[in-house]
Amino acid sequence: MKMRGFILNKLGQTVLIIFVVLVINFFLFRIMPGNPVRILIRNPKISAEALQRVTEQFGLDQSKFVQFGYYLRDLCLGDLGHSFVYRRPVLDVIMEKLPPTLLLTGTATVLSIILGILLGVIFAWKRGSKLDVAGLSLSLVLYSMPSFWVGILMVMLFAVYWKIFPLFGMSVPGTSFASIWGRLADLLKHMFLPTVTFTLILIGEYVLIMRNSLLEVMSEDYMLTAKAKGVSGRNLLRRHALPNAMLPMVTLIAMNLGFIVGGAIQVETVFSWPGLGRLMYTALMGRDYPLLQGIFLFVTVCVVGANFCADLLYRYLDPRVKT
Amino acid sequence: MLQIVNRKDRFILLKKNLASFWGIYRRNTMGIAGLVILVCFALMALIGPYFVTYTSAAEGIEKVLQPPSAEHWLGTDDLGRDVFAGVVIGSRISLVVGLAATVISMVIGAVIGIVSGYYGKTLDALLMRLTDIFLVIPWLPLMLVMAALLGPSLGNIILVIGITGWAGTARIIRSQTLSIKERPYVERARAIGSGDLHIMLHHILPNVFPLIFANTILVAAVAILSETTLSFLGMGDPTSISWGMMLHFAFEMGAVAFGAWWWLIPPGICVVLVVLGFTFIGYALDEVLNPKLRRR
Repeated sequence: MKMRGFILNKLGQTVLIIFVVLVINFFLFRIMPGNPVRILIRNPKISAEALQRVTEQFGLDQSKFVQFGYYLRDLCLGDLGHSFVYRRPVLDVIMEKLPPTLLLTGTATVLSIILGILLGVIFAWKRGSKLDVAGLSLSLVLYSMPSFWVGILMVMLFAVYWKIFPLFGMSVPGTSFASIWGRLADLLKHMFLPTVTFTLILIGEYVLIMRNSLLEVMSEDYMLTAKAKGVSGRNLLRRHALPNAMLPMVTLIAMNLGFIVGGAIQVETVFSWPGLGRLMYTALMGRDYPLLQGIFLFVTVCVVGANFCADLLYRYLDPRVKT
Repeated sequence: MLQIVNRKDRFILLKKNLASFWGIYRRNTMGIAGLVILVCFALMALIGPYFVTYTSAAEGIEKVLQPPSAEHWLGTDDLGRDVFAGVVIGSRISLVVGLAATVISMVIGAVIGIVSGYYGKTLDALLMRLTDIFLVIPWLPLMLVMAALLGPSLGNIILVIGITGWAGTARIIRSQTLSIKERPYVERARAIGSGDLHIMLHHILPNVFPLIFANTILVAAVAILSETTLSFLGMGDPTSISWGMMLHFAFEMGAVAFGAWWWLIPPGICVVLVVLGFTFIGYALDEVLNPKLRRR
C-alpha cells in the first residue's frame, strides 16, 4: 500500500537524520582545540602515566572510527557519559530535569495553540477592523521580542514592581506544606509567570499564521461557491474554511518544536526553572561538555521523532499530500 | 527568434521594474515605517559611537546604578557606565554581527538552492537531506553547542548564526530554480552552448534574486534576534558590547531583582525595533509580491 511505503520512506529519513546528528555530535565535540583527555580531567598537573591510563581507559588512543563505534555502543546501552559538575551519569541528570520542562512547555504550548487559533480566526474574520489591526500589531511586536527579554519584563513587572508572583524557581526552598493543595498552590504561583511568558512568546506566530492561512483559504474558489450556495456566517467558517486553514498549523506546531526548545532554554534561565533548558545553560556556563553533549542529543532526537509523527499525522489529515 | 536583450535594455527594464515596485511599496505604511526605523538605526550605528563615551566612572560608588537623570539619560550600570552610550555603541556590533551572519546564510542558501535545483538527481537528494537536517535540528541548542566549542569571539558568533540559518532559504530558492530551469530561455541558452555555470549565474540567479532579497529581510531579523540571545546566554565576546551583551551583564549582575529597569529595557527595545523594522519590510514585500494577500 502507498501509506506503508510513505511511512517506511519517512522512517528511513528520520533514522538517517538521527544518524547524522550522532555523527555531528560525536565529531563536533572532538574537533575542539586541545587534548580531550586534559579537557576531561581538567587538572593541569596530571602525571604522564595517569594521562596515559585515562587515554587508554576512554579508548582515545584508538582511531576516530573505533571511538565512534564505542560511542554508538554506549548510547545503545543508555550511557551518555558522566557529568563533570553533577558527578553523575548524564542520562540520570536529564531524566531528573525533564518533568519540570515538560510541565512548563506542555502547558504553554497547549495554551498558545488554543488562544492562537482563536485569535487568528477572529482577526481574519474581522479583517481590516481596528481589532484586527491592534491584534496584528501586538502579535508582530511579540514575535519580534527576544524570548528571554519577555521573561525579564514579566519578572520586573509582576515580581519586582508589584510583587504578586515569586521571583524565580519552582518552589520556595525549605518550606513544607500541610496538604497537597498548599503545595499545588505554591507550584501554580511559581509556574504562572514562566507559563505566561512562554505562551506570549509562542502565540504571536500562531496568530499570524492562522490569520494568513484563513485569509488565503477564504479567497479560494470553493469559498465563493459555498457563499453562492447560501452558506453563511458560522457554518461557512466552521465547515468550509477552518478545516483547510488548520492544515498549515499542524506543520507549524511540529516545526515549532525546535523553537519551543530554544524558548525553554531562555525562559528557564530567566526564571531559574529547574528544567532541561536551565540545565543546558548551567552546562554551558560550567563548560560541562558531556552534559552539554547529552542534552543536545536528547533534545534533537526528541524533536526529530516528533517531526516524524507530525509528518504521518499531516498525511492522515490531508490525503492530497502525495510525497 | 527570441529577441536578444542587451545590457542597456536590461538596465532600462530593471529601472522600470524598480519604479513600479516602489510605486506599490510606497503606499504600504508598514513598509515605509520599517524602512524609516532601519535607516535611523543604521545612522546610529554609523555615526553614533563618535559622539558618546562609554567608560567606567572614576568617582566611585555614587555613580553606580543610577536611574535616568539629566546627566545620564538612561541612567548608569554597575560600573557607572552610561547606559545610553552603551546602547549607541552596542548598535554597531549588533547590526554588524546580524548583517554579516545574514550574508553568510544567504550565500550558502542561494548556492545550495540553485545547485540543488539545477543539477537535480543524486546531488539534489543529498543536498536536500542536508537541508532537512538543518531545518529539523533545534537551532538554539545547535548554535549554543557550536559557540561553546568554538569559543567566544565575534567571528565565531557570526559563523555560528550564519551556518545555522540558511536551510529555509535553500528550500525556497531550490523550488524556484526547478521552475526556472524548465523555461525556454534556459533551454535556448543550453542549445547555443552555454555551460552550467554560465546558465546558473546569468539566467537562474537574476530570476531568483527577488526571492533571495525578500528572504534576506526575514533572515536578518532572525539573525539579530539570534545574536542577542546567544550573547545573553553568555556566548558572546565579552569585550565587544552589543545589546545582547549588555542584557547578559545586567542579568548576571542581578539588575532584575535590583529593579534597574533603565539598564534592562533600552537594549531590549532597540532589538525589538530593529527586528520589527525588518519584519515590517518583509511583510510589506510579501503583500507587494503576493497578490493573493492584497485586498480584494
